[in-house]
Amino acid sequence: MTGRRLLLALPLALAVATSAFLIVPVALSVLAGLSVNWQQGLAGGLTLHWIGEVWTLYADTVVRTLALAFATVAVDQLLGVPLAYVLARHPSRRARLVEELIMLPVAVPGLATALALIILYGGWHDFRGSSAFILVGHVLFTLPFMVRSVLAVLAAIDIATLEEGAASLGAGPMRRLLGVVLPNARPGILAGSLMVLTLSVGEFNMTWMLHTPLTKTLPVGLADAYASMRLEIASAYTVVFLLMIIPLLLLMQWAAPVRRRPRTTRP
Amino acid sequence: MSSATGMGAGAARTRAALLAAPALVVFLAFWLLPMARLALFAGQGPSGIEAYWAVLAHPQYRASLISTILLSGLVTLATLAIGGITGVFLSRHHFPGHGLLAGMLTLPLAFPGVVVGFMVILLAGRQGVIGQLAAILGAGRPVFAYSMTGLFLGYLYFSIPRVLLTVMGAAEKLDPALEEAARSLGASPLAILKDVVIPALSPALIGAGALCFATAMGAFGTAFTLATRISVLPMTIYTEFTLFADMPIAAAMSLMLGAVTWAILALARQATGAGVAAAA
Repeated sequence: MTGRRLLLALPLALAVATSAFLIVPVALSVLAGLSVNWQQGLAGGLTLHWIGEVWTLYADTVVRTLALAFATVAVDQLLGVPLAYVLARHPSRRARLVEELIMLPVAVPGLATALALIILYGGWHDFRGSSAFILVGHVLFTLPFMVRSVLAVLAAIDIATLEEGAASLGAGPMRRLLGVVLPNARPGILAGSLMVLTLSVGEFNMTWMLHTPLTKTLPVGLADAYASMRLEIASAYTVVFLLMIIPLLLLMQWAAPVRRRPRTTRP
Repeated sequence: MSSATGMGAGAARTRAALLAAPALVVFLAFWLLPMARLALFAGQGPSGIEAYWAVLAHPQYRASLISTILLSGLVTLATLAIGGITGVFLSRHHFPGHGLLAGMLTLPLAFPGVVVGFMVILLAGRQGVIGQLAAILGAGRPVFAYSMTGLFLGYLYFSIPRVLLTVMGAAEKLDPALEEAARSLGASPLAILKDVVIPALSPALIGAGALCFATAMGAFGTAFTLATRISVLPMTIYTEFTLFADMPIAAAMSLMLGAVTWAILALARQATGAGVAAAA
Protein backbone atom coordinates (compact mmCIF):
# COMPACT_ATOMS: atom_id res chain seq x y z
CA MET A 1 0.00 0.00 0.00
CA THR A 2 2.77 2.42 0.86
CA GLY A 3 4.25 1.56 -2.54
CA ARG A 4 1.12 2.80 -4.29
CA ARG A 5 1.04 5.89 -2.09
CA LEU A 6 4.59 6.66 -3.10
CA LEU A 7 3.67 6.10 -6.72
CA LEU A 8 1.13 8.90 -6.36
CA ALA A 9 3.12 11.25 -4.16
CA LEU A 10 6.34 11.25 -6.19
CA PRO A 11 4.83 12.32 -9.52
CA LEU A 12 2.71 14.94 -7.77
CA ALA A 13 5.80 16.33 -6.09
CA LEU A 14 7.59 16.35 -9.43
CA ALA A 15 4.66 18.12 -11.10
CA VAL A 16 4.55 20.76 -8.38
CA ALA A 17 8.33 21.24 -8.43
CA THR A 18 8.32 21.52 -12.23
CA SER A 19 5.53 24.09 -12.26
CA ALA A 20 7.41 26.02 -9.58
CA PHE A 21 10.51 25.98 -11.80
CA LEU A 22 8.43 27.40 -14.65
CA ILE A 23 6.29 29.89 -12.73
CA VAL A 24 8.57 31.24 -9.98
CA PRO A 25 10.75 33.20 -12.43
CA VAL A 26 7.62 34.64 -14.08
CA ALA A 27 6.41 35.81 -10.67
CA LEU A 28 9.90 37.15 -9.89
CA SER A 29 9.93 39.20 -13.08
CA VAL A 30 6.57 40.72 -12.19
CA LEU A 31 7.75 41.54 -8.66
CA ALA A 32 11.11 42.87 -9.82
CA GLY A 33 9.43 44.99 -12.48
CA LEU A 34 7.17 46.55 -9.87
CA SER A 35 9.73 46.88 -7.08
CA VAL A 36 11.44 50.16 -6.25
CA ASN A 37 14.75 48.38 -5.88
CA TRP A 38 15.05 44.62 -6.39
CA GLN A 39 18.20 44.44 -4.26
CA GLN A 40 16.00 45.31 -1.29
CA GLY A 41 13.27 42.97 -2.45
CA LEU A 42 9.68 43.84 -1.63
CA ALA A 43 10.76 45.70 1.51
CA GLY A 44 11.78 48.62 -0.68
CA GLY A 45 8.18 49.07 -1.80
CA LEU A 46 6.30 48.82 -5.07
CA THR A 47 6.14 51.28 -7.94
CA LEU A 48 4.96 51.69 -11.51
CA HIS A 49 7.98 53.88 -12.20
CA TRP A 50 9.86 51.23 -14.19
CA ILE A 51 6.84 50.41 -16.32
CA GLY A 52 6.64 54.12 -17.17
CA GLU A 53 10.36 54.14 -17.90
CA VAL A 54 9.92 51.17 -20.25
CA TRP A 55 7.13 53.01 -21.99
CA THR A 56 9.26 56.10 -22.65
CA LEU A 57 12.19 53.94 -23.81
CA TYR A 58 10.43 51.26 -25.79
CA ALA A 59 6.88 52.34 -26.70
CA ASP A 60 7.83 52.29 -30.38
CA THR A 61 8.76 48.58 -30.18
CA VAL A 62 5.36 47.74 -28.71
CA VAL A 63 3.55 49.64 -31.46
CA ARG A 64 5.71 48.12 -34.21
CA THR A 65 5.28 44.61 -32.81
CA LEU A 66 1.50 44.94 -32.78
CA ALA A 67 1.43 46.46 -36.26
CA LEU A 68 3.67 43.69 -37.57
CA ALA A 69 1.58 41.00 -35.90
CA PHE A 70 -1.66 42.26 -37.42
CA ALA A 71 -0.03 42.74 -40.81
CA THR A 72 1.28 39.17 -40.60
CA VAL A 73 -2.20 37.89 -39.82
CA ALA A 74 -3.67 39.83 -42.75
CA VAL A 75 -1.08 38.52 -45.21
CA ASP A 76 -1.41 34.99 -43.84
CA GLN A 77 -5.16 35.12 -44.31
CA LEU A 78 -4.83 36.38 -47.87
CA LEU A 79 -2.25 33.74 -48.77
CA GLY A 80 -3.13 30.90 -46.45
CA VAL A 81 -6.92 30.61 -46.57
CA PRO A 82 -7.11 30.14 -50.37
CA LEU A 83 -4.21 27.67 -50.21
CA ALA A 84 -5.84 25.69 -47.40
CA TYR A 85 -9.06 25.61 -49.41
CA VAL A 86 -7.26 24.20 -52.44
CA LEU A 87 -5.46 21.62 -50.31
CA ALA A 88 -8.76 20.58 -48.71
CA ARG A 89 -10.58 20.33 -52.04
CA HIS A 90 -7.83 18.47 -53.90
CA PRO A 91 -6.21 16.09 -51.46
CA SER A 92 -3.38 14.41 -53.30
CA ARG A 93 0.28 13.59 -53.02
CA ARG A 94 1.04 16.96 -54.51
CA ALA A 95 -1.07 18.62 -51.82
CA ARG A 96 0.87 16.73 -49.13
CA LEU A 97 4.10 17.90 -50.72
CA VAL A 98 2.99 21.53 -50.71
CA GLU A 99 2.01 21.19 -47.05
CA GLU A 100 5.46 19.77 -46.29
CA LEU A 101 7.22 22.49 -48.27
CA ILE A 102 5.58 25.46 -46.58
CA MET A 103 6.42 23.80 -43.24
CA LEU A 104 10.15 24.08 -43.97
CA PRO A 105 10.63 27.61 -42.57
CA VAL A 106 9.37 26.24 -39.25
CA ALA A 107 11.51 23.09 -39.30
CA VAL A 108 14.68 24.98 -40.20
CA PRO A 109 16.08 27.37 -37.55
CA GLY A 110 15.04 30.98 -38.09
CA LEU A 111 18.69 31.94 -38.17
CA ALA A 112 19.17 30.08 -41.48
CA THR A 113 16.09 31.62 -43.10
CA ALA A 114 17.16 35.07 -41.95
CA LEU A 115 20.69 34.64 -43.33
CA ALA A 116 19.23 33.50 -46.66
CA LEU A 117 16.93 36.51 -46.85
CA ILE A 118 19.76 38.90 -46.00
CA ILE A 119 22.11 37.41 -48.59
CA LEU A 120 19.58 37.52 -51.42
CA TYR A 121 17.60 40.67 -50.61
CA GLY A 122 19.86 42.54 -48.19
CA GLY A 123 21.17 44.72 -51.02
CA TRP A 124 17.78 46.31 -51.63
CA HIS A 125 18.30 49.03 -49.08
CA ASP A 126 14.81 50.43 -48.80
CA PHE A 127 13.45 46.92 -48.34
CA ARG A 128 16.22 45.80 -45.97
CA GLY A 129 15.70 48.80 -43.72
CA SER A 130 11.91 48.59 -43.57
CA SER A 131 9.56 46.63 -41.36
CA ALA A 132 8.43 44.83 -44.52
CA PHE A 133 11.67 42.86 -44.37
CA ILE A 134 10.67 41.54 -40.94
CA LEU A 135 7.12 41.01 -42.16
CA VAL A 136 8.41 38.63 -44.84
CA GLY A 137 10.19 36.55 -42.21
CA HIS A 138 7.14 36.45 -39.96
CA VAL A 139 4.88 35.42 -42.83
CA LEU A 140 7.20 32.56 -43.80
CA PHE A 141 7.35 31.35 -40.22
CA THR A 142 3.63 31.62 -39.43
CA LEU A 143 1.90 30.76 -42.72
CA PRO A 144 1.95 26.98 -42.13
CA PHE A 145 0.08 27.45 -38.84
CA MET A 146 -2.70 29.40 -40.58
CA VAL A 147 -2.90 26.85 -43.41
CA ARG A 148 -3.00 23.87 -41.03
CA SER A 149 -5.62 25.43 -38.82
CA VAL A 150 -7.95 26.23 -41.74
CA LEU A 151 -7.23 22.93 -43.46
CA ALA A 152 -8.11 20.96 -40.31
CA VAL A 153 -11.51 22.66 -40.08
CA LEU A 154 -12.29 22.31 -43.79
CA ALA A 155 -11.29 18.65 -43.81
CA ALA A 156 -13.38 17.88 -40.73
CA ILE A 157 -16.62 19.29 -42.19
CA ASP A 158 -16.19 17.70 -45.63
CA ILE A 159 -16.31 20.96 -47.53
CA ALA A 160 -16.40 19.18 -50.89
CA THR A 161 -19.83 17.68 -50.23
CA LEU A 162 -21.19 20.96 -48.87
CA GLU A 163 -20.00 22.78 -51.96
CA GLU A 164 -21.49 20.20 -54.26
CA GLY A 165 -24.79 20.65 -52.47
CA ALA A 166 -24.62 24.40 -52.97
CA ALA A 167 -23.62 23.96 -56.59
CA SER A 168 -26.55 21.62 -57.27
CA LEU A 169 -28.80 24.41 -55.98
CA GLY A 170 -27.26 26.70 -58.57
CA ALA A 171 -24.67 28.63 -56.55
CA GLY A 172 -21.73 29.82 -58.66
CA PRO A 173 -18.08 29.66 -57.54
CA MET A 174 -18.09 33.14 -55.97
CA ARG A 175 -21.36 32.55 -54.20
CA ARG A 176 -20.06 29.25 -52.81
CA LEU A 177 -16.86 30.84 -51.65
CA LEU A 178 -18.60 33.63 -49.76
CA GLY A 179 -21.68 31.70 -48.69
CA VAL A 180 -20.32 28.23 -47.92
CA VAL A 181 -16.55 28.02 -47.72
CA LEU A 182 -15.64 31.12 -45.73
CA PRO A 183 -18.39 30.84 -43.08
CA ASN A 184 -17.45 27.22 -42.52
CA ALA A 185 -13.75 27.99 -42.39
CA ARG A 186 -14.24 30.79 -39.86
CA PRO A 187 -13.35 28.82 -36.67
CA GLY A 188 -10.14 27.67 -38.35
CA ILE A 189 -9.32 31.18 -39.56
CA LEU A 190 -9.94 32.57 -36.07
CA ALA A 191 -7.84 29.94 -34.27
CA GLY A 192 -5.09 30.27 -36.90
CA SER A 193 -5.09 34.06 -36.64
CA LEU A 194 -4.69 34.00 -32.86
CA MET A 195 -1.89 31.48 -33.16
CA VAL A 196 -0.17 33.65 -35.78
CA LEU A 197 -0.56 36.77 -33.60
CA THR A 198 1.03 34.96 -30.66
CA LEU A 199 3.91 33.64 -32.74
CA SER A 200 4.57 36.97 -34.43
CA VAL A 201 4.52 38.96 -31.18
CA GLY A 202 7.11 36.60 -29.68
CA GLU A 203 9.31 35.96 -32.74
CA PHE A 204 12.95 36.67 -32.01
CA ASN A 205 15.28 34.27 -33.85
CA MET A 206 14.62 35.68 -37.32
CA THR A 207 13.69 39.17 -36.24
CA TRP A 208 17.00 39.72 -34.47
CA MET A 209 18.81 39.19 -37.76
CA LEU A 210 16.27 41.03 -39.92
CA HIS A 211 15.81 44.16 -37.82
CA THR A 212 17.68 47.44 -38.11
CA PRO A 213 18.08 50.07 -35.36
CA LEU A 214 14.98 51.76 -36.78
CA THR A 215 12.84 48.62 -36.95
CA LYS A 216 13.16 47.13 -33.47
CA THR A 217 10.37 44.86 -32.25
CA LEU A 218 9.44 44.01 -28.68
CA PRO A 219 11.49 40.79 -28.38
CA VAL A 220 14.46 42.60 -29.96
CA GLY A 221 14.06 45.39 -27.42
CA LEU A 222 13.85 42.78 -24.67
CA ALA A 223 17.19 41.31 -25.74
CA ASP A 224 18.66 44.83 -25.62
CA ALA A 225 17.22 45.46 -22.19
CA TYR A 226 18.42 42.12 -20.82
CA ALA A 227 21.94 42.91 -21.99
CA SER A 228 22.23 46.56 -20.99
CA MET A 229 19.49 47.75 -18.64
CA ARG A 230 19.09 47.38 -14.89
CA LEU A 231 17.13 44.37 -13.72
CA GLU A 232 14.06 46.40 -12.77
CA ILE A 233 13.68 47.81 -16.28
CA ALA A 234 14.32 44.43 -17.92
CA SER A 235 11.69 42.94 -15.63
CA ALA A 236 9.15 45.69 -16.22
CA TYR A 237 9.63 45.29 -19.98
CA THR A 238 9.03 41.56 -19.56
CA VAL A 239 5.81 42.38 -17.71
CA VAL A 240 4.70 44.47 -20.69
CA PHE A 241 5.39 41.46 -22.92
CA LEU A 242 3.42 39.17 -20.59
CA LEU A 243 0.51 41.62 -20.64
CA MET A 244 0.45 41.31 -24.42
CA ILE A 245 0.92 37.56 -24.70
CA ILE A 246 -1.26 36.19 -21.88
CA PRO A 247 -4.57 37.62 -23.18
CA LEU A 248 -3.68 36.12 -26.57
CA LEU A 249 -3.11 32.71 -24.95
CA LEU A 250 -6.42 32.90 -23.11
CA LEU A 251 -8.23 33.91 -26.30
CA MET A 252 -6.57 30.98 -28.05
CA GLN A 253 -7.88 28.53 -25.46
CA TRP A 254 -11.32 30.05 -25.83
CA ALA A 255 -11.29 29.92 -29.62
CA ALA A 256 -9.72 26.48 -30.00
CA PRO A 257 -11.85 24.31 -32.26
CA VAL A 258 -13.43 21.70 -29.99
CA ARG A 259 -10.96 18.86 -30.16
CA ARG A 260 -11.79 16.87 -27.08
CA ARG A 261 -15.13 15.69 -28.40
CA PRO A 262 -14.72 12.11 -29.60
CA ARG A 263 -15.40 11.86 -33.30
CA THR A 264 -17.42 8.69 -32.94
CA THR A 265 -20.33 10.48 -31.27
CA ARG A 266 -21.19 12.18 -34.54
CA PRO A 267 -24.02 10.46 -36.35
CA MET B 1 -17.72 15.68 -59.09
CA SER B 2 -16.59 18.36 -61.48
CA SER B 3 -19.95 18.37 -63.22
CA ALA B 4 -21.73 18.71 -59.88
CA THR B 5 -19.75 21.82 -59.02
CA GLY B 6 -20.72 23.27 -62.35
CA MET B 7 -17.24 23.45 -63.81
CA GLY B 8 -15.17 21.39 -66.14
CA ALA B 9 -12.13 19.63 -64.72
CA GLY B 10 -9.91 22.10 -66.53
CA ALA B 11 -11.67 25.12 -65.09
CA ALA B 12 -11.58 23.63 -61.59
CA ARG B 13 -7.86 23.03 -61.93
CA THR B 14 -7.23 26.56 -63.16
CA ARG B 15 -9.19 27.95 -60.24
CA ALA B 16 -7.21 25.80 -57.78
CA ALA B 17 -3.93 26.92 -59.33
CA LEU B 18 -4.96 30.58 -59.13
CA LEU B 19 -5.99 30.29 -55.50
CA ALA B 20 -2.82 28.48 -54.46
CA ALA B 21 -0.51 30.67 -56.54
CA PRO B 22 -0.03 33.69 -54.23
CA ALA B 23 1.16 31.59 -51.28
CA LEU B 24 3.37 29.45 -53.48
CA VAL B 25 4.94 32.45 -55.22
CA VAL B 26 5.75 34.09 -51.88
CA PHE B 27 7.24 30.84 -50.61
CA LEU B 28 9.29 30.42 -53.77
CA ALA B 29 10.55 33.99 -53.89
CA PHE B 30 11.26 34.49 -50.20
CA TRP B 31 12.26 31.07 -48.96
CA LEU B 32 13.21 28.56 -51.63
CA LEU B 33 15.16 31.01 -53.75
CA PRO B 34 17.04 32.61 -50.83
CA MET B 35 17.87 29.17 -49.41
CA ALA B 36 19.21 28.03 -52.77
CA ARG B 37 21.29 31.21 -52.92
CA LEU B 38 22.54 30.51 -49.40
CA ALA B 39 23.64 27.02 -50.44
CA LEU B 40 25.55 28.41 -53.43
CA PHE B 41 26.96 31.24 -51.37
CA ALA B 42 28.39 28.80 -48.83
CA GLY B 43 30.41 27.23 -51.63
CA GLN B 44 31.73 30.54 -52.97
CA GLY B 45 33.96 31.58 -50.08
CA PRO B 46 37.74 31.43 -50.13
CA SER B 47 37.57 27.75 -49.21
CA GLY B 48 34.93 26.91 -51.82
CA ILE B 49 32.83 23.80 -51.31
CA GLU B 50 35.19 22.99 -48.47
CA ALA B 51 33.29 25.44 -46.29
CA TYR B 52 30.95 22.55 -45.62
CA TRP B 53 33.85 20.28 -44.74
CA ALA B 54 35.50 22.96 -42.59
CA VAL B 55 32.51 22.88 -40.26
CA LEU B 56 33.44 19.31 -39.36
CA ALA B 57 37.22 19.58 -39.67
CA HIS B 58 37.92 22.87 -37.87
CA PRO B 59 38.45 22.10 -34.16
CA GLN B 60 36.52 25.15 -32.97
CA TYR B 61 33.45 24.47 -35.09
CA ARG B 62 33.59 20.79 -34.32
CA ALA B 63 33.72 21.49 -30.59
CA SER B 64 30.72 23.78 -30.97
CA LEU B 65 28.83 21.09 -32.88
CA ILE B 66 29.65 18.42 -30.31
CA SER B 67 28.70 20.53 -27.30
CA THR B 68 25.43 21.50 -28.99
CA ILE B 69 24.59 17.86 -29.66
CA LEU B 70 25.52 16.81 -26.11
CA LEU B 71 23.54 19.64 -24.54
CA SER B 72 20.48 18.95 -26.72
CA GLY B 73 20.70 15.22 -25.99
CA LEU B 74 20.91 15.75 -22.23
CA VAL B 75 18.06 18.25 -22.29
CA THR B 76 15.96 15.81 -24.32
CA LEU B 77 16.53 12.95 -21.87
CA ALA B 78 15.82 15.11 -18.81
CA THR B 79 12.72 16.64 -20.43
CA LEU B 80 11.35 13.23 -21.44
CA ALA B 81 11.78 11.95 -17.89
CA ILE B 82 10.15 15.00 -16.28
CA GLY B 83 7.52 15.55 -18.96
CA GLY B 84 6.74 11.85 -19.24
CA ILE B 85 6.14 11.34 -15.52
CA THR B 86 4.18 14.55 -14.94
CA GLY B 87 2.26 14.15 -18.20
CA VAL B 88 1.06 10.63 -17.39
CA PHE B 89 0.29 11.68 -13.84
CA LEU B 90 -1.75 14.73 -14.86
CA SER B 91 -3.73 12.82 -17.47
CA ARG B 92 -4.58 10.09 -14.91
CA HIS B 93 -5.45 12.01 -11.80
CA HIS B 94 -7.90 14.84 -11.58
CA PHE B 95 -7.78 16.76 -8.34
CA PRO B 96 -8.55 20.29 -7.14
CA GLY B 97 -6.03 22.63 -8.74
CA HIS B 98 -5.43 20.25 -11.64
CA GLY B 99 -6.34 22.82 -14.27
CA LEU B 100 -4.19 25.48 -12.64
CA LEU B 101 -1.21 23.14 -12.42
CA ALA B 102 -1.59 22.10 -16.07
CA GLY B 103 -1.99 25.75 -17.06
CA MET B 104 1.16 26.79 -15.23
CA LEU B 105 3.09 23.94 -16.81
CA THR B 106 2.17 25.03 -20.33
CA LEU B 107 2.24 28.84 -19.99
CA PRO B 108 5.90 29.20 -21.13
CA LEU B 109 4.96 27.69 -24.51
CA ALA B 110 4.51 31.19 -25.91
CA PHE B 111 7.71 32.65 -24.47
CA PRO B 112 10.42 33.55 -26.97
CA GLY B 113 13.89 32.20 -26.25
CA VAL B 114 15.16 35.57 -24.99
CA VAL B 115 12.49 35.68 -22.31
CA VAL B 116 13.37 32.11 -21.30
CA GLY B 117 16.97 33.25 -20.93
CA PHE B 118 15.87 36.08 -18.67
CA MET B 119 13.85 33.64 -16.55
CA VAL B 120 17.10 31.73 -15.94
CA ILE B 121 18.85 35.00 -15.04
CA LEU B 122 16.14 35.69 -12.47
CA LEU B 123 16.70 32.22 -11.04
CA ALA B 124 20.46 31.89 -11.20
CA GLY B 125 21.87 35.25 -12.23
CA ARG B 126 23.79 37.79 -10.17
CA GLN B 127 20.61 38.96 -8.43
CA GLY B 128 18.92 35.57 -8.83
CA VAL B 129 16.73 33.97 -6.23
CA ILE B 130 18.89 30.84 -5.94
CA GLY B 131 21.91 32.94 -5.05
CA GLN B 132 19.91 34.92 -2.51
CA LEU B 133 18.54 31.79 -0.87
CA ALA B 134 22.01 30.26 -0.78
CA ALA B 135 23.41 33.43 0.77
CA ILE B 136 20.78 33.28 3.52
CA LEU B 137 21.77 29.67 4.17
CA GLY B 138 25.39 30.74 4.26
CA ALA B 139 26.37 28.82 1.15
CA GLY B 140 27.87 31.71 -0.74
CA ARG B 141 26.25 33.29 -3.79
CA PRO B 142 26.32 30.83 -6.69
CA VAL B 143 25.81 32.41 -10.13
CA PHE B 144 25.44 29.85 -12.89
CA ALA B 145 22.98 31.44 -15.30
CA TYR B 146 25.72 32.16 -17.81
CA SER B 147 27.27 28.70 -17.74
CA MET B 148 26.40 25.43 -19.43
CA THR B 149 24.20 24.68 -16.39
CA GLY B 150 22.24 27.88 -16.98
CA LEU B 151 21.83 27.01 -20.64
CA PHE B 152 20.66 23.53 -19.65
CA LEU B 153 18.04 25.06 -17.31
CA GLY B 154 16.88 27.41 -20.04
CA TYR B 155 16.50 24.66 -22.61
CA LEU B 156 14.69 22.56 -20.03
CA TYR B 157 12.39 25.52 -19.39
CA PHE B 158 11.19 25.81 -22.97
CA SER B 159 11.19 22.05 -23.63
CA ILE B 160 9.07 20.84 -20.72
CA PRO B 161 5.76 22.43 -21.82
CA ARG B 162 6.08 21.06 -25.37
CA VAL B 163 6.85 17.51 -24.25
CA LEU B 164 4.23 17.63 -21.53
CA LEU B 165 1.46 18.54 -23.97
CA THR B 166 2.39 15.69 -26.33
CA VAL B 167 2.58 13.15 -23.50
CA MET B 168 -0.71 14.28 -21.97
CA GLY B 169 -2.43 13.99 -25.33
CA ALA B 170 -1.11 10.47 -25.85
CA ALA B 171 -1.71 9.31 -22.27
CA GLU B 172 -5.37 10.30 -22.45
CA LYS B 173 -5.82 7.94 -25.36
CA LEU B 174 -4.35 4.94 -23.51
CA ASP B 175 -6.79 2.15 -22.75
CA PRO B 176 -7.07 1.82 -18.95
CA ALA B 177 -8.36 -1.73 -19.42
CA LEU B 178 -4.86 -2.87 -20.41
CA GLU B 179 -3.39 -1.71 -17.12
CA GLU B 180 -6.35 -3.09 -15.23
CA ALA B 181 -5.72 -6.46 -16.86
CA ALA B 182 -2.03 -6.35 -15.99
CA ARG B 183 -2.87 -5.41 -12.41
CA SER B 184 -5.39 -8.22 -12.02
CA LEU B 185 -2.74 -10.60 -13.29
CA GLY B 186 -0.58 -9.48 -10.39
CA ALA B 187 1.87 -7.15 -12.12
CA SER B 188 3.52 -4.62 -9.82
CA PRO B 189 3.02 -0.90 -10.53
CA LEU B 190 6.59 -0.66 -11.80
CA ALA B 191 6.13 -3.67 -14.07
CA ILE B 192 2.94 -2.10 -15.46
CA LEU B 193 4.82 1.12 -16.12
CA LYS B 194 7.66 -0.72 -17.84
CA ASP B 195 5.64 -3.26 -19.84
CA VAL B 196 2.36 -1.49 -20.53
CA VAL B 197 2.49 2.29 -20.17
CA ILE B 198 5.90 3.13 -21.62
CA PRO B 199 5.55 0.87 -24.70
CA ALA B 200 2.11 2.36 -25.40
CA LEU B 201 3.51 5.88 -25.07
CA SER B 202 6.68 5.28 -27.01
CA PRO B 203 5.52 6.84 -30.32
CA ALA B 204 4.57 10.02 -28.44
CA LEU B 205 7.82 9.95 -26.48
CA ILE B 206 9.88 9.49 -29.66
CA GLY B 207 8.01 12.31 -31.37
CA ALA B 208 8.27 14.64 -28.40
CA GLY B 209 11.93 13.76 -27.93
CA ALA B 210 12.76 14.50 -31.55
CA LEU B 211 10.89 17.81 -31.39
CA CYS B 212 12.73 18.67 -28.20
CA PHE B 213 16.13 17.75 -29.65
CA ALA B 214 15.56 19.69 -32.87
CA THR B 215 14.34 22.77 -31.01
CA ALA B 216 17.34 22.65 -28.67
CA MET B 217 19.77 22.30 -31.58
CA GLY B 218 18.41 25.43 -33.24
CA ALA B 219 17.66 27.47 -30.13
CA PHE B 220 19.05 30.95 -30.61
CA GLY B 221 17.19 33.33 -28.31
CA THR B 222 18.01 31.57 -25.05
CA ALA B 223 21.64 31.09 -26.04
CA PHE B 224 21.81 34.73 -27.13
CA THR B 225 20.75 35.89 -23.66
CA LEU B 226 22.86 33.46 -21.65
CA ALA B 227 25.70 32.05 -23.70
CA THR B 228 27.94 34.98 -24.44
CA ARG B 229 30.88 32.74 -23.61
CA ILE B 230 29.51 29.34 -24.62
CA SER B 231 29.69 28.45 -28.27
CA VAL B 232 26.60 26.45 -29.04
CA LEU B 233 26.07 26.16 -32.78
CA PRO B 234 23.49 28.93 -33.31
CA MET B 235 25.75 31.31 -31.38
CA THR B 236 28.79 30.24 -33.42
CA ILE B 237 26.87 30.90 -36.62
CA TYR B 238 25.79 34.28 -35.34
CA THR B 239 29.30 35.34 -34.29
CA GLU B 240 30.84 34.15 -37.54
CA PHE B 241 28.25 36.13 -39.45
CA THR B 242 28.32 39.38 -37.48
CA LEU B 243 31.72 39.63 -35.81
CA PHE B 244 34.07 37.89 -38.23
CA ALA B 245 31.88 38.37 -41.31
CA ASP B 246 32.89 34.89 -42.44
CA MET B 247 29.61 34.54 -44.25
CA PRO B 248 30.30 31.41 -46.29
CA ILE B 249 31.09 29.48 -43.10
CA ALA B 250 28.03 30.93 -41.37
CA ALA B 251 25.93 29.97 -44.39
CA ALA B 252 27.34 26.43 -44.50
CA MET B 253 26.80 25.91 -40.80
CA SER B 254 23.26 27.25 -40.81
CA LEU B 255 22.37 25.03 -43.77
CA MET B 256 23.79 21.97 -42.07
CA LEU B 257 21.97 22.85 -38.87
CA GLY B 258 18.76 23.32 -40.85
CA ALA B 259 19.20 19.98 -42.60
CA VAL B 260 19.72 18.23 -39.26
CA THR B 261 16.72 19.77 -37.51
CA TRP B 262 14.52 19.15 -40.54
CA ALA B 263 15.60 15.51 -40.78
CA ILE B 264 14.96 14.89 -37.08
CA LEU B 265 11.52 16.45 -37.31
CA ALA B 266 10.71 14.42 -40.42
CA LEU B 267 11.68 11.28 -38.51
CA ALA B 268 9.46 12.37 -35.64
CA ARG B 269 6.55 12.83 -38.00
CA GLN B 270 7.12 9.33 -39.32
CA ALA B 271 6.96 8.00 -35.77
CA THR B 272 3.96 9.94 -34.57
CA GLY B 273 2.11 11.29 -37.57
CA ALA B 274 2.30 14.77 -36.08
CA GLY B 275 4.81 17.24 -34.81
CA VAL B 276 5.61 20.85 -35.40
CA ALA B 277 8.73 22.62 -34.36
CA ALA B 278 8.66 26.02 -32.83
CA ALA B 279 11.44 28.46 -32.30
CA ALA B 280 13.03 29.01 -28.94
